[in-house]
Amino acid sequence: MTADPATVRPPIAMLAELTHRCPLSCPYCSNPLELARQENELDTEAWVDVFRQAADLGVLQLHLSGGEPASRRDLEPLITAAREAGLYTNLITSGIGLTARRLHALDEAGLDHIQLSLQGTTAEMADRIGGYRGGFDRKMKVAEWIGEIGFPLTLNAVLHRQNLHQLPRAIEMAVEMGARRIEVATVQFHGWALRNRDAMMPTREQAREADAIVAEARARLKGVLVIDYVPADYHSNYPKRCMGGWGSTGLVVAPDGQVMPCHAAASIPHLVFDNVRDTTLAQTWYHGGAFEAYRGTGWMQEPCASCERKRVDFGGCRCQAMAIVGDPDATDPVCIKSPHRAALTRQADAHAAAEADLVYRAMPHRQVTEPAD
Amino acid sequence: MEPGQIPYLPRGVRLHRDRVRDAWVLLAPERAVSLDMVGHAVLSEIDGIRSFGEITAALAARYDASPAQIASDASGFLRALRDRRFLEVHP
Ligand code: SF4
Ligand code: SF4
Repeated sequence: MTADPATVRPPIAMLAELTHRCPLSCPYCSNPLELARQENELDTEAWVDVFRQAADLGVLQLHLSGGEPASRRDLEPLITAAREAGLYTNLITSGIGLTARRLHALDEAGLDHIQLSLQGTTAEMADRIGGYRGGFDRKMKVAEWIGEIGFPLTLNAVLHRQNLHQLPRAIEMAVEMGARRIEVATVQFHGWALRNRDAMMPTREQAREADAIVAEARARLKGVLVIDYVPADYHSNYPKRCMGGWGSTGLVVAPDGQVMPCHAAASIPHLVFDNVRDTTLAQTWYHGGAFEAYRGTGWMQEPCASCERKRVDFGGCRCQAMAIVGDPDATDPVCIKSPHRAALTRQADAHAAAEADLVYRAMPHRQVTEPAD
Repeated sequence: MEPGQIPYLPRGVRLHRDRVRDAWVLLAPERAVSLDMVGHAVLSEIDGIRSFGEITAALAARYDASPAQIASDASGFLRALRDRRFLEVHP
């Protein structure tokens, strides 16, 4: 199936993964297992050109992410260039690598919004999950500086079995920091997280409890704190609409310039990605094979093909179908209509009941570490 | 919103002319809200100085409608923006 270019609308958002380098090594990192090395990263000029192309294509929102985007020494000029191109700039950061001076420079550059990740609400939890001692205290310092400058702030709490009990405190912290919004994100099991399901899969009870905590806090904090919630995937009835629909709203540019429909798309072996080094963003968006592969509904098999929800969730996540069922064209196994759903439920319960050590994300230049025995 | 309240767009929320789609949008954290004529008319009057009453009066004069009509046309939209903290008011 090839999409009719006349019906493909321009993208709204672009995620620019500036680097895979990161001082932290979260076991649920969404970066691919194959991390891009620093010498393969796009340089300043190449990124600036990508930002201009993105704005010309119709992108409004630019998310600057990584790895840790502050690991890029040219972050300030990149933000200046993105603003000049007319993009709304959002920095997705762990805070490590930011100083008061650097934050002031980002303010001068025109940075619009900061999304600060939270690995836990205590130093003990956060530093263990992030694999970085002193990270939590540093992050609290960074949050203070963000508040002093007055950047709009979203706190991004990533939750799983080991820290879900800290959810009420995470919400409180967001209010104390003056954040306007908190993203309560239950770990999505892709990339590194897939190796940590035994250690991180929430129990069903935890998932229900989180639903209730979020509902209560939403009502209580209306007009004070906006709560966006990503519930535990394996415990839902229907899958999530990934990226707003494949190739319909957003695109991801990896550190080395590969352009992907979603940040986990590299896990699908048959997809071939264009690179900004040799293909324009417009050509890739409208005609790139990886974008056309799962755009719209034409690629679907049953039960999706005749399902009334097919334009609601677009069959769910292709990467999840790949990871669990081994077939990227299959219905997302989270869906209750999937023949694999019963097996997934058993798996989820088994993972939730299991015990395991965390497998930390590797650094781009190192070998992948497996847990000792 | 009460006529005496002074609305303003907080930092990180701004009007933007989308040249690709030839439309006005409100850019905010993680969102791009497309604006219809009423939405754009109201938001472009918001300056953090004039009260909501003054704004609806100005728009009423321009569009030959009553201030109450303008306020009611915009009320759902403005409430949604306030709920997401894309719009704030000085008391
Ligand atoms: S998830 Fe953790 S390790 Fe991965 S980029 Fe974010 S902060 Fe770094
Ligand atoms: S069958 Fe496919 S389209 Fe229908 S709800 Fe399940 S995943 Fe979505």
